[in-house]
Amino acid sequence: MKEVYLDNSATTKPLPQVIDYMTEALTTNYGNPSSLHNKGLAAEKTIKKARESIARKLGVSSAEIYFTSGGTESNNLAIKGVASHYQHRGRHLITTGIEHSAVLESFLALEEEDFEVTYLPTDRYGQLDLATLEKAIRPDTILVSLFHVNNELGTILPIAEIGRLIKGKNKNTFFHIDAIQSFGKILLTPAEWAVDLLSISAHKIHGPKGIGALFLRKGLEIKPLLLGGGQESGLRSGTENMPGIAGFIPAVEHLPDFTEEQNREAKTDQLKKYFMTELKKYYPGAVVNSPTSGAPHILSVSFPGLKGEVLVHSLASKGIYVSTGSACYSKSNEKNHVLREIKLPPSHIDGTLRFSFSSFNNQEEIDYTISVLLQQIELFF
Amino acid sequence: MEKTILVRYGEISLKGKNRSFFEQQLIKNIKSAIRELGPYQLEQTYGRIFIHIESGNINAFLSRLKLIPGIVSISPVVVAPLDYSELEKAALKIMEQAVVKYPASFKVESKRANKKFPLKSPEISREIGGYLLNNFNNGEQNRLTVDLHRPDYTLYIEIRAKQSYLYTKITAGPGGLPVGSSGRGLLLLSGGIDSPVAGWLGMKRGMQFDAIYFHSPPYTSDRAKEKVTELARILSRYSGKINLFVNYFTEIQQAIRKNCPPPYYITIMRRMMLRIATTIARNNQHLVLLTGESIGQVASQTLESINVINQVTNLAILRPLITMDKTEIVSLAREIGTYDTSILPYADCCTIFVPENPVIRPGLAQTLQAEKDLPVEELSTKSIEKTELLSIVEN
Repeated sequence: MKEVYLDNSATTKPLPQVIDYMTEALTTNYGNPSSLHNKGLAAEKTIKKARESIARKLGVSSAEIYFTSGGTESNNLAIKGVASHYQHRGRHLITTGIEHSAVLESFLALEEEDFEVTYLPTDRYGQLDLATLEKAIRPDTILVSLFHVNNELGTILPIAEIGRLIKGKNKNTFFHIDAIQSFGKILLTPAEWAVDLLSISAHKIHGPKGIGALFLRKGLEIKPLLLGGGQESGLRSGTENMPGIAGFIPAVEHLPDFTEEQNREAKTDQLKKYFMTELKKYYPGAVVNSPTSGAPHILSVSFPGLKGEVLVHSLASKGIYVSTGSACYSKSNEKNHVLREIKLPPSHIDGTLRFSFSSFNNQEEIDYTISVLLQQIELFF
Repeated sequence: MEKTILVRYGEISLKGKNRSFFEQQLIKNIKSAIRELGPYQLEQTYGRIFIHIESGNINAFLSRLKLIPGIVSISPVVVAPLDYSELEKAALKIMEQAVVKYPASFKVESKRANKKFPLKSPEISREIGGYLLNNFNNGEQNRLTVDLHRPDYTLYIEIRAKQSYLYTKITAGPGGLPVGSSGRGLLLLSGGIDSPVAGWLGMKRGMQFDAIYFHSPPYTSDRAKEKVTELARILSRYSGKINLFVNYFTEIQQAIRKNCPPPYYITIMRRMMLRIATTIARNNQHLVLLTGESIGQVASQTLESINVINQVTNLAILRPLITMDKTEIVSLAREIGTYDTSILPYADCCTIFVPENPVIRPGLAQTLQAEKDLPVEELSTKSIEKTELLSIVEN
C-alpha cells in the first residue's frame, strides 16, 4: 500500500545517514566519552562534532549547547532550572495558555512551589498581543517562556520583537523559547534575538528519538534536574546517549540555512499552501485554524460535524498518517487544550485534523490525500 | 522454604461417577496454567493434589493456582518424613518463617490419617506446641503464647501414609468447577469492564468459551481491537485457548443509521449483534451466549430492552452479572486482572451512532416497525463472511 506520512509534527522519518551514524555508534564507536582510552576519545570527538553542528546552525557557540533526552527534558530543564536558580530575584513567571504540555506541566509544578505564573491569552490563531505581554512583565518576573512555532496550529511568534520588548522592560528577565517545532523549518537566530534559553529535539528534524538539546546563553547558570557524574558540564549528568548524539549530526547538517529573505522551508510551505487551496476547492466546509502566515509545515483544519478520530483511522487504512486534535471519547475538559484555549467550538474541535508536512512529501501525495479524504468522508459520514 | 503446594478441591469431589472426569479436567487446567513456571511433579492423592516444585518461585505458582476454577484452597506446605523429631524440626522452621510480629499467639491442629504413626492427633498438637514454646521463649520474655480460640497463627500438621505435611497458610481459590467440564459458550466481549467478568464467572462454573467482538473500523480503532485481544488473553490464563471472532460491524452501523429512526439505533444494533452471535455460536457448537449485561446499567439494559433484544435468538443467554452492582463488578475485574486493561481509554467512536434520545423502554412492535427497512439477513451474512478468527493463548 502507498504510504503518505503527514504527521511530521509528531515525529519524522529518520534520514538514512542518521541510521548509518547511529549504527556506527552502536557497533564500532561504542565507547563511553568519560573513558580515558582511545574508544572514549573517539566518542568524545563525536559529541564535539554534534555540538559544533548544532551551534553553527543556531549561530551560537558550541559551549552553549547541552544535550538532553529530548524536547520535554530541555523544556523542563530550562523552566525549572531558571526558576530554582533565580528565585531569590523574584517568583513571577510568564508563558501562554497554548504551550506544549512539557512547558505547561512544568509551570503547573512550579505553581505548586509557590511561584506565580501568568498565562497569556492568545487570539483565535494563537497569536499573542504584545502590549499585554509587556504589561505582564514586572520587576519580579524572572522568566518568560514562549513557543516559537505552536505545535497544533503552526502559529509563529515574533521572537525578535518579543526579545527586545522583554529586555527593554526588565533586563533581568530571562527569555526561553520552545523551538522544537521551528528548528530547521524557519529562521532561528537566538543570539540576535535576546533569547537566553532554547529547546530543540532531534526526532522532529529526521533525527533519532531520545535526544534533544538546550541552548543556554553563556554566563547564565541554572539548576540541573539530574545529578551524578557531571556530564554536560554538570548540567545534565548521565552517560551520554551516543547513538542519539551521533544521529543528531546528519539530521542537523541536512537542514537548510535560512536568511531574512529566505526565512522558511520553501518546498514545505508551498506544499502546505497547495494542500489548503485544493482542500478548500473540493471541500469548502473545511475551516482552516492555522494562520496564513504560519509555519510552513503545520496545517490545522476543522471539519465541522465530522469526527477527527474516525478520519484518522479511515485515512490510516489507506496508508495516510495524520493527527487528530482530539479523541472521540473526550469530555470537554479533556479536549485538546490548545484548541480549547483559542476558543474553537467543541464541534470544530472534534472534527479537527492536523496535517504536518516535511520536505520529503510531494504534490502527488497531497493530491492522493485529498482524494482519499473526500472519499472517506463520503463513505463514513 | 516450602517447595510443595497442597491444592484442595471441594465441590467436584462430590460428583459421584463423574468425579474422575472432573479431576482429570482440573489437573489438565492446572498443568496448562503453570506450564511455563518451572519444572514440578504433580501428585494426586485422596481428593487432593500436591504440586512439588523442583525449581522456580513458589509465589508465581501460588498466584496462578488461586485463580483456577475448581480449586477451593491452596497452601504452601513443608513435607517431612514420618518421624517425630523431623516433625519438630519442620515445625520450628515453618513457624520461624511464618510469624512476622512478636509477641504472637498460636495453636497446633493435627490430623492423623495414618494410624500407624505412634502419637495420636491431640498428642502431636500438645507435644509440638510445647516444643515450640520451649524454643521460642527464654523464660524472661514470652514471644509465643498459646491461644486455642483466636490464635494469630495456626500450625496445621497432617500425618499421611508416607509423609507428613505442615503449613500455616490457607488461601482461598475461586471454587466452582474446572473449566471445560460444563460445555461451550460464546462470550460477547467488548472492551469494557463487564464482559470479561461475565466470561470469568462462566468459567467458574466450568464453561469453556470462545468470544466475539464487534469491530467497526474506522469508528473503532485498532487499539480498541488490541485491547479486546488483550482481555481475551488475560481470560485465557484461566481457561486455556480462546477463539476470538472479530466481526466486521461497520456496514451494519451504517445501514442502521441509513434505514432506522435514531431512538432505536442502539436497540437494533444490539439485536444485530445477537443475531450474528447466534449464527456463529451455532456454527461452532456453542450451546449458550454469555453477556456482561446488568439490569438498568445503560439504556439497552432495561428489562424492556433486554426483552426486545432477546427476541432475535432462541439460544439461551447467560447473564452472570445481571443483578450485580458496578462496584461488585469492578472489584471482580480487579481480582481477575482485567480492570486495568478495560479502563484503557481507547473508547470507540461509535458515539456518532449514539442518538440524543435513545428509547429506554422499547416495545417489540415499535422495534420491528423501526427495523423494517433494514436488510437484516443480507447484512448479517455479509458481516459474518468478513469475520476474522484469532486464536488467543497466554504466552
